[in-house]
Amino acid sequence: MITLNINNAPYQIDLPTDTPLLWALRDHLGLSGTKFGCGMSLCGACTVHIDGEPTRACVTPISTAIGKKIVTIEAIDQDAIGKKVQDAWLNIGVPQCGYCQSGQIMSATALLKHNANPSDADIDKAMSGNICRCGTYPRIRAAIKQVAALKEIKS
Amino acid sequence: MNKSMEPSELNADEDNLSIINISRRGFLKDLALSGFVLAAGFPSLLSADETATADKKYGADGMPHGWVDNPLVFVAIAEDGTVTIICHRSEMGQGVRTSLPMVVADELEANWLHVRVEQAPGDEVRFGNQDTDGSRSMRHHFMPMRRIGAAARQMLEEAAATQWQVPVEEVHAELHRVLHTATGRSLGYGELAKAAAKLPVPARESVRLKNPADFRYIGKGQLKIYDGRDIVRGLGQYGIDTRFKNMLYAVVARPPVFGGKLVSYDAQAALKVPGVIKVIELPGSPPPAEFNPLGGIAVIATNTWAAIQGRKALTIEWDKGRHGAYDSVVYKTELEAAARKPGKVLRNDGDVDAAFASAAKHVQAEYYAPHLAQAPMEPPAATARIVKGHCEIWACTQAPQLSRDQVAKWLKLPADKVTVHVTLLGGGFGRKSKPDYVVEAALLSQAMHGKPVKVTWTREDDLHHSYFHTVSVERLEAGLDAQGKTVAWQHRTVAPTISSTFGPDSKHQMPVELGMGVINNPFAIANVRIENPEAEAHTRIGWFRSVSNIPHAFAIQSFINELAVAAGRDHKDFLLELIGPARRIDPRSLGDEWNHGESPELYPIDTGRLRRVTETVAQKAGWGRKLTKGQGLGIAAHYSFVTYVAVVVEVAVNDSGVLSIPRIDIAVDCGPQINPERIRSQLEGACIMGVSLATLGEISFKNGAVEQDNFHHYQLTRMDDAPREIRVHLLPTTEFDTPLGGVGEPGVPPIAPALCNAIFAATGQRIRQLPIRDQLRKD
Ligand code: FES
Ligand code: FES
Repeated sequence: MITLNINNAPYQIDLPTDTPLLWALRDHLGLSGTKFGCGMSLCGACTVHIDGEPTRACVTPISTAIGKKIVTIEAIDQDAIGKKVQDAWLNIGVPQCGYCQSGQIMSATALLKHNANPSDADIDKAMSGNICRCGTYPRIRAAIKQVAALKEIKS
Repeated sequence: MNKSMEPSELNADEDNLSIINISRRGFLKDLALSGFVLAAGFPSLLSADETATADKKYGADGMPHGWVDNPLVFVAIAEDGTVTIICHRSEMGQGVRTSLPMVVADELEANWLHVRVEQAPGDEVRFGNQDTDGSRSMRHHFMPMRRIGAAARQMLEEAAATQWQVPVEEVHAELHRVLHTATGRSLGYGELAKAAAKLPVPARESVRLKNPADFRYIGKGQLKIYDGRDIVRGLGQYGIDTRFKNMLYAVVARPPVFGGKLVSYDAQAALKVPGVIKVIELPGSPPPAEFNPLGGIAVIATNTWAAIQGRKALTIEWDKGRHGAYDSVVYKTELEAAARKPGKVLRNDGDVDAAFASAAKHVQAEYYAPHLAQAPMEPPAATARIVKGHCEIWACTQAPQLSRDQVAKWLKLPADKVTVHVTLLGGGFGRKSKPDYVVEAALLSQAMHGKPVKVTWTREDDLHHSYFHTVSVERLEAGLDAQGKTVAWQHRTVAPTISSTFGPDSKHQMPVELGMGVINNPFAIANVRIENPEAEAHTRIGWFRSVSNIPHAFAIQSFINELAVAAGRDHKDFLLELIGPARRIDPRSLGDEWNHGESPELYPIDTGRLRRVTETVAQKAGWGRKLTKGQGLGIAAHYSFVTYVAVVVEVAVNDSGVLSIPRIDIAVDCGPQINPERIRSQLEGACIMGVSLATLGEISFKNGAVEQDNFHHYQLTRMDDAPREIRVHLLPTTEFDTPLGGVGEPGVPPIAPALCNAIFAATGQRIRQLPIRDQLRKD
């Protein structure tokens, strides 16, 4: 039995310690907002924040997350920037099927937390690990820029 | 899923499984007290029976179970005024759960803020056709949805007029209220619902549709997508997200080669993996593939990861069967050989041989387009449970009724003992029209005595066992006269057909495939011969967004560029000359009886519209503008799903041969635009999917099996390589009584040829084989 801090709450998990965080979240804790897309760190659908860093949950054994702060899409609205990212996503109408968007929002939020005014190259670098099969990239870029343009963040 | 099924309800204890059911029934019951749904259990007044007598051949009438326009089936109004609208088509990113209910809401004069959308289970007798494919949802259901909303509005008006004892002509509905202007009285929809529900549904002939000038939402595009709030919070419920406490999780090891069989297996090590509960052999099914599961060995566990680990520990010996030698490199040479010999003649206008003999110039080229996998971001997944002989399914399916019928067939249950709940789909692109994975879930639940079992396909499963997009060689030849005018055209198309999935000996493309840009080619050329040599299928061939339009448009629109170059002409001018003057062509006169399922009278091929999108995109993209070295513009136009599209792609290729795409302009004439905002997003997505398949997309086979395992092998376009800017130009339409075109698919086909034509303009290098991958690289 291990304890993980997820979205500011402790969770007891009784699984082999090499179990990827993704499946602990989805199958055991019912936090299904973190998506499965590839299982090999190739698509970004499973992106969560671990101690603030965007991390692929599909290749992160739960043992390595002990004692760290895990944030998933379900709680990203409690982060000031995360909330703005969600709002921009709705405002610009980014999602199509929406399946990749949890991961996109987690990656975009991490980017904007580290870099309040990312260039196109910064956006490419931060977001190219997240595949969107529906092709929402132009709107993702626009939404990130919309958040960056908000004064409160720039200051 | 839907609003009434919050995740907490899905997390019900196994003992409390009926919670979900109660919740759904509870919803119906509440509304039954106060709203239209009261009558929904009774035979509908305007539904399937009546449509059965209508002309069955075209449009929605030609689809299984046609359409239904009964407001009692689709609309419920609660006493608090909440309007619930049923969406009977699957949401997979096209926005249908917003756009169809929006049409009802508009005619109903409902306030969108008080509208909730409920997803229909698979039940086509009740709801009309639910196969969400063919770019048909809005095209086929716009008018039924309008009539539903208008009929419900009239019932509310009638109820108000009765209550006030005034002639119904004196009242009118406006934004969730019925008003009597003369006396200043008004009643909210919630207050009227009970009385309205008791009134007869107006006869179809007496339904008064709104004047389009009064549309509130239709054609406006101001509404945010219905599921957006859930999606950005991670609360959207997809097929892969279904969860009950104590449910079982399965993955399946399927025969790597299509038609292969299990010889033997050893599950000992798998059963030792912590969490693995059971290993079950699933029956295979002999070809043709149809919608049957592939069979194999299922590993049942307490979570998905344990099931995946268990599967890794299996030792399995497969017999490869008759497709064990399928090899894409060899197969390509076979297709080429077939394309170089005459084949079944499909169309023969004028005298092609004589025209070739007298032509001043002869141009010939072959184009190759490989297999593709749809690879929706959410891989196939389905959950089944069986309680007291009733099987319930939760699945991301484009085909809920087909799923229901298939599960009934495999479990030997009557269809009314199978319920298929449709979740959100994390993309579909045709893959989720085939319910093989749904049947797997049902079979495994049955094997586990009805316990809820979720089958998850890993990405490897998805890429190895798709119903693949075909693979093709298109050989084109043309004769130009001394003035550079095209006088002869011969097209041989060779590709394994989708019909091979349903009959083992099909070697010719079927009318549906040929009608995707080959025989219905409308060019103004006097001498045309179109042939289809044989091709044998060695895997399951299926639908991929845009289907055969992709290879056909790639070949034809690339070849036109080759002809323009040979004739020394501007490509856009040359293309317009081939399209010829504006005329309306009966597709049957070209040998196309299919016409995307639409009436040839209502939907002739209108070369005027094809010209208009071509001219528009050229103008908007600044065709002919000056570019620097390594830059180029390419153009292509294609008609599919009764919609007209033209594209200009701008490329830049640097000295090392690295390709980038600064901009794509796409002009679209899809008739009236019901939700222009989602049309734009679909077309942006189509541009990116087109770029993805053109630059990277390839599924190949070796020793019968797919070579690509995951996204490192089957690459998809990412943010950094996506077109930097996409400009969508929707051709204005004001007439809402002109027929609608499709939107989901027609944007994809012209992208690959426009891109390759742009590369030629930039570099002089001709791409005739997809994907482009590193063909341009110099380092
Ligand atoms: S599922 Fe983790 S990166 Fe794709
Ligand atoms: S919105 Fe569908 S995969 Fe990104």
